[in-house]
Amino acid sequence: MSTLGDVWAWLSTGAHWAGENGVWHRFTEHLLLTVGCLLASCLIALPVAVTLGHLGRGGALAVNLANVGRAVPTFAVLVLLLLTPLGRHGDWPTFIALVLFALPPLLTNAYVGMRGVDRSVVEAARGMGMSGGQLVWRVEVPLALPLVLTGVRIAAVQLVATATLAALVGGGGLGRIITAGFNLASTPQVVAGAVIVAVFALLMEAVFEAAQRLGPAWVRGQAPGQGRKAGRGRAR
Amino acid sequence: MTAPPDDCLARNDWICGDYLATRRHILLDAVLQHLHLTVVSVLLGLAIALPLALVARRWRWAVGPVLGLTTVLYTIPSLAMFSLLLPLYGLSATLVIVGLALYSLTLLVRNILAGLAGVPEEAKEAARGMGYGPLRQLLAVELPLAVPAAMAGLRIATVSAVALTTIGAIVGHGGLGNLIYAGMNSYFKAQVLTASVLCVVIAVAFDLLLLGLERLLTPWRRV
Repeated sequence: MSTLGDVWAWLSTGAHWAGENGVWHRFTEHLLLTVGCLLASCLIALPVAVTLGHLGRGGALAVNLANVGRAVPTFAVLVLLLLTPLGRHGDWPTFIALVLFALPPLLTNAYVGMRGVDRSVVEAARGMGMSGGQLVWRVEVPLALPLVLTGVRIAAVQLVATATLAALVGGGGLGRIITAGFNLASTPQVVAGAVIVAVFALLMEAVFEAAQRLGPAWVRGQAPGQGRKAGRGRAR
Repeated sequence: MTAPPDDCLARNDWICGDYLATRRHILLDAVLQHLHLTVVSVLLGLAIALPLALVARRWRWAVGPVLGLTTVLYTIPSLAMFSLLLPLYGLSATLVIVGLALYSLTLLVRNILAGLAGVPEEAKEAARGMGYGPLRQLLAVELPLAVPAAMAGLRIATVSAVALTTIGAIVGHGGLGNLIYAGMNSYFKAQVLTASVLCVVIAVAFDLLLLGLERLLTPWRRV
Protein backbone atom coordinates (compact mmCIF):
# COMPACT_ATOMS: atom_id res chain seq x y z
CA MET A 1 0.00 0.00 0.00
CA SER A 2 2.34 2.73 -1.22
CA THR A 3 -0.90 4.58 -1.92
CA LEU A 4 -1.17 5.45 1.75
CA GLY A 5 2.03 7.46 1.55
CA ASP A 6 0.74 9.27 -1.54
CA VAL A 7 -2.57 10.02 0.19
CA TRP A 8 -0.73 11.42 3.18
CA ALA A 9 1.43 13.50 0.85
CA TRP A 10 -1.72 14.89 -0.80
CA LEU A 11 -3.33 15.69 2.53
CA SER A 12 -0.24 17.40 3.91
CA THR A 13 0.20 19.68 0.90
CA GLY A 14 -0.99 23.12 1.97
CA ALA A 15 -1.92 24.11 -1.58
CA HIS A 16 -4.66 21.49 -1.64
CA TRP A 17 -6.40 23.13 1.31
CA ALA A 18 -6.48 26.73 0.13
CA GLY A 19 -8.31 28.51 -2.65
CA GLU A 20 -11.49 28.03 -4.66
CA ASN A 21 -11.02 24.27 -5.11
CA GLY A 22 -9.30 23.79 -1.76
CA VAL A 23 -10.52 21.52 1.00
CA TRP A 24 -11.59 24.34 3.32
CA HIS A 25 -13.75 25.99 0.70
CA ARG A 26 -15.34 22.67 -0.26
CA PHE A 27 -15.87 21.83 3.39
CA THR A 28 -17.67 25.15 3.95
CA GLU A 29 -19.90 24.48 0.93
CA HIS A 30 -20.63 21.00 2.24
CA LEU A 31 -21.48 22.22 5.72
CA LEU A 32 -23.73 25.03 4.49
CA LEU A 33 -25.57 22.68 2.14
CA THR A 34 -26.05 20.11 4.89
CA VAL A 35 -27.25 22.60 7.51
CA GLY A 36 -29.53 24.41 5.05
CA CYS A 37 -31.16 21.19 3.91
CA LEU A 38 -31.50 19.95 7.49
CA LEU A 39 -33.29 23.15 8.55
CA ALA A 40 -35.57 23.08 5.51
CA SER A 41 -36.50 19.44 5.94
CA CYS A 42 -37.11 19.87 9.70
CA LEU A 43 -39.40 22.84 8.99
CA ILE A 44 -41.39 20.71 6.54
CA ALA A 45 -41.39 17.32 8.27
CA LEU A 46 -41.69 18.05 11.98
CA PRO A 47 -44.91 20.14 11.95
CA VAL A 48 -46.55 17.54 9.70
CA ALA A 49 -45.41 14.62 11.85
CA VAL A 50 -46.43 16.31 15.10
CA THR A 51 -49.87 17.18 13.74
CA LEU A 52 -50.46 13.69 12.31
CA GLY A 53 -49.12 12.07 15.46
CA HIS A 54 -51.37 14.19 17.65
CA LEU A 55 -54.42 13.32 15.54
CA GLY A 56 -53.34 9.68 15.24
CA ARG A 57 -53.72 9.72 11.47
CA GLY A 58 -51.41 8.72 8.65
CA GLY A 59 -49.52 5.95 10.45
CA ALA A 60 -49.26 3.81 7.33
CA LEU A 61 -47.86 6.80 5.45
CA ALA A 62 -45.17 7.44 8.04
CA VAL A 63 -44.04 3.81 8.02
CA ASN A 64 -44.14 3.30 4.26
CA LEU A 65 -42.39 6.56 3.49
CA ALA A 66 -39.18 5.26 5.03
CA ASN A 67 -39.29 2.18 2.83
CA VAL A 68 -39.97 4.20 -0.31
CA GLY A 69 -37.12 6.55 0.57
CA ARG A 70 -34.72 3.63 0.69
CA ALA A 71 -35.82 2.19 -2.64
CA VAL A 72 -35.36 5.39 -4.64
CA PRO A 73 -31.72 6.08 -5.55
CA THR A 74 -30.71 9.61 -4.53
CA PHE A 75 -28.45 9.84 -7.53
CA ALA A 76 -31.40 9.13 -9.86
CA VAL A 77 -33.52 11.86 -8.22
CA LEU A 78 -30.62 14.30 -8.49
CA VAL A 79 -30.19 13.69 -12.20
CA LEU A 80 -33.94 13.72 -12.87
CA LEU A 81 -34.25 17.13 -11.18
CA LEU A 82 -31.21 18.35 -13.07
CA LEU A 83 -32.89 17.60 -16.40
CA THR A 84 -36.05 19.49 -15.44
CA PRO A 85 -36.20 23.29 -15.94
CA LEU A 86 -34.99 23.50 -12.31
CA GLY A 87 -31.57 22.33 -13.50
CA ARG A 88 -30.83 25.78 -14.87
CA HIS A 89 -30.94 27.23 -11.36
CA GLY A 90 -27.60 26.19 -9.92
CA ASP A 91 -27.91 24.32 -6.67
CA TRP A 92 -31.71 23.96 -6.52
CA PRO A 93 -31.84 20.37 -7.85
CA THR A 94 -29.30 19.27 -5.25
CA PHE A 95 -31.06 21.16 -2.48
CA ILE A 96 -34.48 19.71 -3.30
CA ALA A 97 -33.17 16.16 -3.71
CA LEU A 98 -31.39 16.33 -0.36
CA VAL A 99 -34.44 17.74 1.43
CA LEU A 100 -36.60 14.97 -0.04
CA PHE A 101 -34.19 12.39 1.30
CA ALA A 102 -34.04 13.85 4.77
CA LEU A 103 -37.84 13.82 5.13
CA PRO A 104 -38.46 10.07 5.71
CA PRO A 105 -36.32 9.62 8.85
CA LEU A 106 -37.62 12.90 10.31
CA LEU A 107 -41.27 12.11 9.61
CA THR A 108 -41.12 8.47 10.68
CA ASN A 109 -39.27 9.03 13.95
CA ALA A 110 -41.30 12.07 14.99
CA TYR A 111 -44.56 10.27 14.20
CA VAL A 112 -43.55 7.11 16.06
CA GLY A 113 -42.43 9.27 19.00
CA MET A 114 -45.75 11.11 19.12
CA ARG A 115 -47.75 7.87 18.95
CA GLY A 116 -45.51 6.27 21.55
CA VAL A 117 -46.50 8.73 24.25
CA ASP A 118 -48.21 6.85 27.08
CA ARG A 119 -51.97 6.97 26.43
CA SER A 120 -52.78 7.25 30.12
CA VAL A 121 -50.62 10.39 30.38
CA VAL A 122 -52.55 11.90 27.47
CA GLU A 123 -55.85 10.95 29.11
CA ALA A 124 -54.72 12.53 32.37
CA ALA A 125 -53.73 15.74 30.60
CA ARG A 126 -57.11 15.87 28.90
CA GLY A 127 -58.78 15.24 32.24
CA MET A 128 -56.95 18.25 33.67
CA GLY A 129 -58.70 20.28 30.98
CA MET A 130 -55.79 20.84 28.62
CA SER A 131 -56.70 21.99 25.14
CA GLY A 132 -55.31 20.25 22.05
CA GLY A 133 -52.56 22.81 21.65
CA GLN A 134 -51.50 22.63 25.28
CA LEU A 135 -51.49 18.85 25.09
CA VAL A 136 -49.15 18.93 22.06
CA TRP A 137 -46.68 21.45 23.45
CA ARG A 138 -46.66 20.53 27.13
CA VAL A 139 -47.09 16.77 27.05
CA GLU A 140 -46.69 15.03 23.70
CA VAL A 141 -43.75 16.93 22.16
CA PRO A 142 -41.58 16.85 25.33
CA LEU A 143 -42.18 13.12 25.74
CA ALA A 144 -41.62 12.42 22.05
CA LEU A 145 -38.46 14.53 21.92
CA PRO A 146 -35.90 11.71 22.25
CA LEU A 147 -37.25 9.98 19.16
CA VAL A 148 -37.66 13.26 17.28
CA LEU A 149 -34.01 14.06 17.94
CA THR A 150 -33.01 10.56 16.84
CA GLY A 151 -34.71 11.32 13.54
CA VAL A 152 -32.81 14.61 13.29
CA ARG A 153 -29.56 12.79 13.97
CA ILE A 154 -30.18 10.16 11.30
CA ALA A 155 -31.21 12.86 8.83
CA ALA A 156 -28.12 14.96 9.58
CA VAL A 157 -25.69 12.08 9.09
CA GLN A 158 -27.53 10.98 5.95
CA LEU A 159 -27.37 14.53 4.60
CA VAL A 160 -23.61 14.75 5.12
CA ALA A 161 -23.27 11.50 3.20
CA THR A 162 -25.71 12.40 0.45
CA ALA A 163 -24.42 15.94 -0.02
CA THR A 164 -21.28 14.26 -1.37
CA LEU A 165 -23.32 13.25 -4.42
CA ALA A 166 -23.85 16.90 -5.33
CA ALA A 167 -20.44 16.72 -6.96
CA LEU A 168 -21.70 14.13 -9.46
CA VAL A 169 -24.08 16.70 -10.93
CA GLY A 170 -21.54 19.52 -10.89
CA GLY A 171 -22.46 20.95 -7.49
CA GLY A 172 -20.05 21.91 -4.75
CA GLY A 173 -19.10 20.25 -1.50
CA LEU A 174 -16.44 17.77 -0.49
CA GLY A 175 -17.49 15.29 -3.17
CA ARG A 176 -15.82 17.59 -5.70
CA ILE A 177 -12.41 16.59 -4.37
CA ILE A 178 -13.23 12.96 -5.16
CA THR A 179 -14.72 13.60 -8.61
CA ALA A 180 -11.85 15.94 -9.50
CA GLY A 181 -9.48 13.15 -8.47
CA PHE A 182 -11.28 10.75 -10.79
CA ASN A 183 -11.05 13.25 -13.64
CA LEU A 184 -7.33 13.69 -13.03
CA ALA A 185 -6.96 9.91 -12.67
CA SER A 186 -5.23 10.72 -9.39
CA THR A 187 -5.91 7.85 -7.00
CA PRO A 188 -4.22 9.64 -4.06
CA GLN A 189 -6.59 12.60 -4.45
CA VAL A 190 -9.65 10.31 -4.76
CA VAL A 191 -8.70 8.44 -1.59
CA ALA A 192 -7.74 11.64 0.25
CA GLY A 193 -11.11 13.16 -0.63
CA ALA A 194 -12.85 10.00 0.52
CA VAL A 195 -10.98 10.08 3.83
CA ILE A 196 -12.02 13.70 4.41
CA VAL A 197 -15.68 12.95 3.61
CA ALA A 198 -15.70 9.83 5.78
CA VAL A 199 -14.11 11.68 8.70
CA PHE A 200 -16.68 14.49 8.37
CA ALA A 201 -19.59 12.01 8.40
CA LEU A 202 -18.16 10.19 11.41
CA LEU A 203 -17.58 13.50 13.20
CA MET A 204 -21.21 14.46 12.61
CA GLU A 205 -22.27 11.11 14.10
CA ALA A 206 -19.89 11.64 17.03
CA VAL A 207 -21.18 15.16 17.72
CA PHE A 208 -24.76 13.88 17.94
CA GLU A 209 -23.64 10.90 20.03
CA ALA A 210 -21.91 13.24 22.48
CA ALA A 211 -24.87 15.62 22.54
CA GLN A 212 -27.19 12.72 23.32
CA ARG A 213 -25.01 11.44 26.13
CA LEU A 214 -24.35 14.82 27.68
CA GLY A 215 -27.82 16.23 27.10
CA PRO A 216 -30.35 16.60 29.90
CA ALA A 217 -32.07 13.39 30.98
CA TRP A 218 -35.51 14.34 29.66
CA VAL A 219 -34.05 14.79 26.18
CA ARG A 220 -32.45 11.36 26.28
CA GLY A 221 -35.68 9.64 27.25
CA GLN A 222 -36.15 6.97 29.84
CA ALA A 223 -34.14 4.08 28.47
CA PRO A 224 -30.69 4.69 27.03
CA GLY A 225 -30.50 3.75 23.38
CA GLN A 226 -34.23 3.29 23.18
CA GLY A 227 -34.50 5.79 20.36
CA ARG A 228 -31.80 4.05 18.29
CA LYS A 229 -34.24 1.35 17.34
CA ALA A 230 -36.57 3.34 15.13
CA GLY A 231 -35.69 4.61 11.73
CA ARG A 232 -32.88 2.17 11.08
CA GLY A 233 -35.42 -0.48 10.29
CA ARG A 234 -34.60 -2.64 13.25
CA ALA A 235 -36.81 -5.61 13.87
CA ARG A 236 -38.61 -5.40 17.14
CA MET B 1 -30.71 18.02 -45.93
CA THR B 2 -33.71 16.01 -44.90
CA ALA B 3 -35.82 17.27 -42.04
CA PRO B 4 -34.98 15.61 -38.70
CA PRO B 5 -37.47 12.88 -37.77
CA ASP B 6 -40.17 14.08 -35.43
CA ASP B 7 -40.28 11.26 -32.93
CA CYS B 8 -40.00 11.25 -29.14
CA LEU B 9 -36.26 10.55 -29.29
CA ALA B 10 -35.67 13.67 -31.34
CA ARG B 11 -37.96 15.68 -29.09
CA ASN B 12 -36.15 14.27 -26.02
CA ASP B 13 -39.39 13.37 -24.23
CA TRP B 14 -39.34 11.90 -20.73
CA ILE B 15 -41.41 8.90 -21.74
CA CYS B 16 -40.53 7.40 -25.06
CA GLY B 17 -41.64 4.11 -26.61
CA ASP B 18 -39.03 4.34 -29.34
CA TYR B 19 -36.33 4.46 -26.69
CA LEU B 20 -37.55 1.21 -25.18
CA ALA B 21 -37.74 -0.37 -28.63
CA THR B 22 -34.35 0.73 -29.91
CA ARG B 23 -32.31 0.45 -26.72
CA ARG B 24 -33.77 -2.79 -25.43
CA HIS B 25 -30.42 -4.58 -25.34
CA ILE B 26 -28.62 -1.76 -23.55
CA LEU B 27 -31.35 -1.68 -20.92
CA LEU B 28 -31.33 -5.44 -20.51
CA ASP B 29 -27.55 -5.50 -20.09
CA ALA B 30 -27.73 -2.74 -17.50
CA VAL B 31 -30.50 -4.53 -15.59
CA LEU B 32 -28.54 -7.79 -15.60
CA GLN B 33 -25.40 -6.02 -14.38
CA HIS B 34 -27.44 -4.30 -11.69
CA LEU B 35 -28.95 -7.61 -10.53
CA HIS B 36 -25.54 -9.27 -10.54
CA LEU B 37 -23.92 -6.52 -8.46
CA THR B 38 -26.78 -6.44 -5.97
CA VAL B 39 -27.23 -10.19 -5.50
CA VAL B 40 -23.51 -11.01 -5.21
CA SER B 41 -22.89 -8.15 -2.78
CA VAL B 42 -25.79 -9.07 -0.49
CA LEU B 43 -24.77 -12.75 -0.50
CA LEU B 44 -21.20 -11.72 0.32
CA GLY B 45 -22.51 -9.49 3.09
CA LEU B 46 -24.56 -12.37 4.46
CA ALA B 47 -21.55 -14.71 4.30
CA ILE B 48 -19.57 -12.25 6.43
CA ALA B 49 -22.41 -11.13 8.72
CA LEU B 50 -23.57 -14.59 9.85
CA PRO B 51 -20.19 -15.71 11.29
CA LEU B 52 -19.71 -12.24 12.80
CA ALA B 53 -23.09 -12.46 14.52
CA LEU B 54 -22.38 -15.99 15.78
CA VAL B 55 -18.99 -14.91 17.13
CA ALA B 56 -20.56 -11.88 18.82
CA ARG B 57 -23.17 -14.11 20.43
CA ARG B 58 -20.69 -16.75 21.56
CA TRP B 59 -18.20 -14.27 23.07
CA ARG B 60 -19.99 -11.38 24.72
CA TRP B 61 -16.97 -9.05 24.58
CA ALA B 62 -17.07 -9.15 20.78
CA VAL B 63 -20.52 -7.55 20.55
CA GLY B 64 -19.32 -3.99 21.08
CA PRO B 65 -16.44 -4.05 18.58
CA VAL B 66 -18.48 -5.88 15.92
CA LEU B 67 -21.45 -3.49 16.15
CA GLY B 68 -19.14 -0.47 16.46
CA LEU B 69 -17.10 -1.37 13.39
CA THR B 70 -20.10 -2.16 11.19
CA THR B 71 -21.83 1.07 12.28
CA VAL B 72 -18.74 3.07 11.36
CA LEU B 73 -18.72 1.41 7.92
CA TYR B 74 -22.41 2.24 7.53
CA THR B 75 -21.74 5.91 8.24
CA ILE B 76 -19.16 6.31 5.45
CA PRO B 77 -20.78 8.01 2.43
CA SER B 78 -21.14 5.76 -0.62
CA LEU B 79 -19.01 7.90 -2.91
CA ALA B 80 -16.25 7.82 -0.30
CA MET B 81 -16.61 4.08 0.31
CA PHE B 82 -16.14 3.23 -3.36
CA SER B 83 -13.25 5.70 -3.56
CA LEU B 84 -11.50 4.27 -0.49
CA LEU B 85 -11.50 0.81 -2.06
CA LEU B 86 -9.97 2.10 -5.29
CA PRO B 87 -6.32 1.31 -4.39
CA LEU B 88 -7.34 -2.24 -3.46
CA TYR B 89 -9.56 -3.21 -6.39
CA GLY B 90 -9.09 -0.62 -9.14
CA LEU B 91 -11.97 0.30 -11.45
CA SER B 92 -13.73 -3.04 -11.20
CA ALA B 93 -17.08 -4.63 -10.43
CA THR B 94 -15.41 -6.25 -7.41
CA LEU B 95 -14.90 -2.80 -5.91
CA VAL B 96 -18.63 -2.06 -6.09
CA ILE B 97 -19.57 -5.51 -4.76
CA VAL B 98 -17.21 -5.24 -1.77
CA GLY B 99 -18.41 -1.71 -1.01
CA LEU B 100 -22.06 -2.73 -1.07
CA ALA B 101 -21.34 -5.83 1.02
CA LEU B 102 -19.65 -3.71 3.70
CA TYR B 103 -22.75 -1.51 3.80
CA SER B 104 -25.09 -4.45 4.34
CA LEU B 105 -23.12 -5.72 7.36
CA THR B 106 -24.63 -3.35 9.95
CA LEU B 107 -28.23 -4.21 9.16
CA LEU B 108 -27.55 -7.94 8.80
CA VAL B 109 -25.43 -8.38 11.95
CA ARG B 110 -27.83 -6.34 14.11
CA ASN B 111 -30.90 -8.19 12.90
CA ILE B 112 -29.36 -11.67 13.09
CA LEU B 113 -28.28 -10.91 16.67
CA ALA B 114 -31.74 -9.60 17.51
CA GLY B 115 -33.29 -12.73 16.00
CA LEU B 116 -31.01 -15.08 17.94
CA ALA B 117 -31.62 -13.15 21.15
CA GLY B 118 -35.35 -13.50 20.59
CA VAL B 119 -35.34 -17.30 20.50
CA PRO B 120 -37.50 -18.44 23.44
CA GLU B 121 -35.59 -20.11 26.27
CA GLU B 122 -38.18 -22.93 26.32
CA ALA B 123 -37.34 -23.87 22.73
CA LYS B 124 -33.64 -24.17 23.60
CA GLU B 125 -34.45 -26.17 26.75
CA ALA B 126 -36.63 -28.53 24.75
CA ALA B 127 -33.89 -29.02 22.16
CA ARG B 128 -31.35 -29.78 24.89
CA GLY B 129 -33.81 -32.15 26.53
CA MET B 130 -34.21 -34.02 23.25
CA GLY B 131 -30.46 -34.52 23.23
CA TYR B 132 -29.51 -31.93 20.59
CA GLY B 133 -25.85 -30.92 20.60
CA PRO B 134 -24.89 -27.23 20.39
CA LEU B 135 -24.42 -27.28 16.60
CA ARG B 136 -27.64 -29.15 15.88
CA GLN B 137 -29.49 -26.83 18.27
CA LEU B 138 -28.13 -23.83 16.38
CA LEU B 139 -28.96 -25.18 12.93
CA ALA B 140 -32.29 -26.84 13.66
CA VAL B 141 -33.79 -24.57 16.31
CA GLU B 142 -32.14 -21.19 16.80
CA LEU B 143 -31.34 -20.11 13.23
CA PRO B 144 -34.80 -21.04 11.87
CA LEU B 145 -36.47 -19.12 14.72
CA ALA B 146 -34.21 -16.13 14.01
CA VAL B 147 -35.28 -16.04 10.34
CA PRO B 148 -38.06 -13.42 10.63
CA ALA B 149 -35.85 -10.83 12.34
CA ALA B 150 -32.88 -11.61 10.09
CA MET B 151 -35.13 -11.34 7.03
CA ALA B 152 -36.25 -7.86 8.05
CA GLY B 153 -32.60 -6.80 7.96
CA LEU B 154 -31.94 -8.65 4.72
CA ARG B 155 -34.87 -6.96 2.99
CA ILE B 156 -33.73 -3.47 3.98
CA ALA B 157 -30.11 -4.27 3.10
CA THR B 158 -31.13 -5.56 -0.33
CA VAL B 159 -33.37 -2.60 -1.16
CA SER B 160 -30.60 -0.21 -0.06
CA ALA B 161 -28.05 -2.14 -2.14
CA VAL B 162 -30.21 -1.81 -5.26
CA ALA B 163 -30.31 1.98 -4.79
CA LEU B 164 -26.63 2.30 -3.86
CA THR B 165 -25.47 0.28 -6.86
CA THR B 166 -26.21 3.33 -9.02
CA ILE B 167 -23.28 5.17 -7.38
CA GLY B 168 -21.02 2.47 -8.83
CA ALA B 169 -21.30 4.48 -12.05
CA ILE B 170 -18.34 6.59 -10.90
CA VAL B 171 -16.11 3.57 -11.51
CA GLY B 172 -18.09 2.47 -14.57
CA HIS B 173 -19.82 -0.44 -12.81
CA GLY B 174 -23.17 0.91 -11.66
CA GLY B 175 -25.66 -1.19 -13.62
CA LEU B 176 -28.55 1.14 -14.37
CA GLY B 177 -26.53 3.91 -12.73
CA ASN B 178 -24.26 3.90 -15.79
CA LEU B 179 -27.26 4.78 -17.96
CA ILE B 180 -28.31 7.55 -15.56
CA TYR B 181 -24.75 8.93 -15.52
CA ALA B 182 -24.48 8.84 -19.30
CA GLY B 183 -27.97 10.29 -19.67
CA MET B 184 -27.02 13.16 -17.37
CA ASN B 185 -24.07 14.15 -19.54
CA SER B 186 -26.08 13.98 -22.77
CA TYR B 187 -29.35 15.36 -21.32
CA PHE B 188 -31.12 12.18 -22.44
CA LYS B 189 -34.36 12.41 -20.48
CA ALA B 190 -35.95 9.13 -21.55
CA GLN B 191 -32.84 7.15 -20.58
CA VAL B 192 -32.56 8.76 -17.13
CA LEU B 193 -36.24 8.28 -16.28
CA THR B 194 -36.45 4.71 -17.62
CA ALA B 195 -33.32 3.63 -15.74
CA SER B 196 -34.50 5.31 -12.53
CA VAL B 197 -37.92 3.66 -12.70
CA LEU B 198 -36.30 0.28 -13.38
CA CYS B 199 -34.15 0.73 -10.25
CA VAL B 200 -37.23 1.21 -8.10
CA VAL B 201 -38.99 -1.72 -9.80
CA ILE B 202 -36.00 -4.00 -9.08
CA ALA B 203 -35.92 -2.86 -5.45
CA VAL B 204 -39.64 -3.54 -4.95
CA ALA B 205 -39.37 -6.90 -6.74
CA PHE B 206 -36.52 -8.01 -4.45
CA ASP B 207 -38.46 -6.89 -1.40
CA LEU B 208 -41.51 -8.96 -2.39
CA LEU B 209 -39.33 -11.91 -3.38
CA LEU B 210 -37.66 -11.96 0.04
CA LEU B 211 -41.04 -11.60 1.74
CA GLY B 212 -42.18 -14.71 -0.14
CA LEU B 213 -38.98 -16.55 0.78
CA GLU B 214 -39.52 -15.70 4.43
CA ARG B 215 -43.02 -17.21 4.32
CA LEU B 216 -41.60 -20.35 2.69
CA LEU B 217 -38.87 -20.69 5.33
CA THR B 218 -41.23 -20.23 8.28
CA PRO B 219 -44.20 -22.53 7.66
CA TRP B 220 -45.03 -22.58 11.39
CA ARG B 221 -45.91 -18.89 11.33
CA ARG B 222 -48.69 -19.35 8.81
CA VAL B 223 -52.04 -19.67 10.48
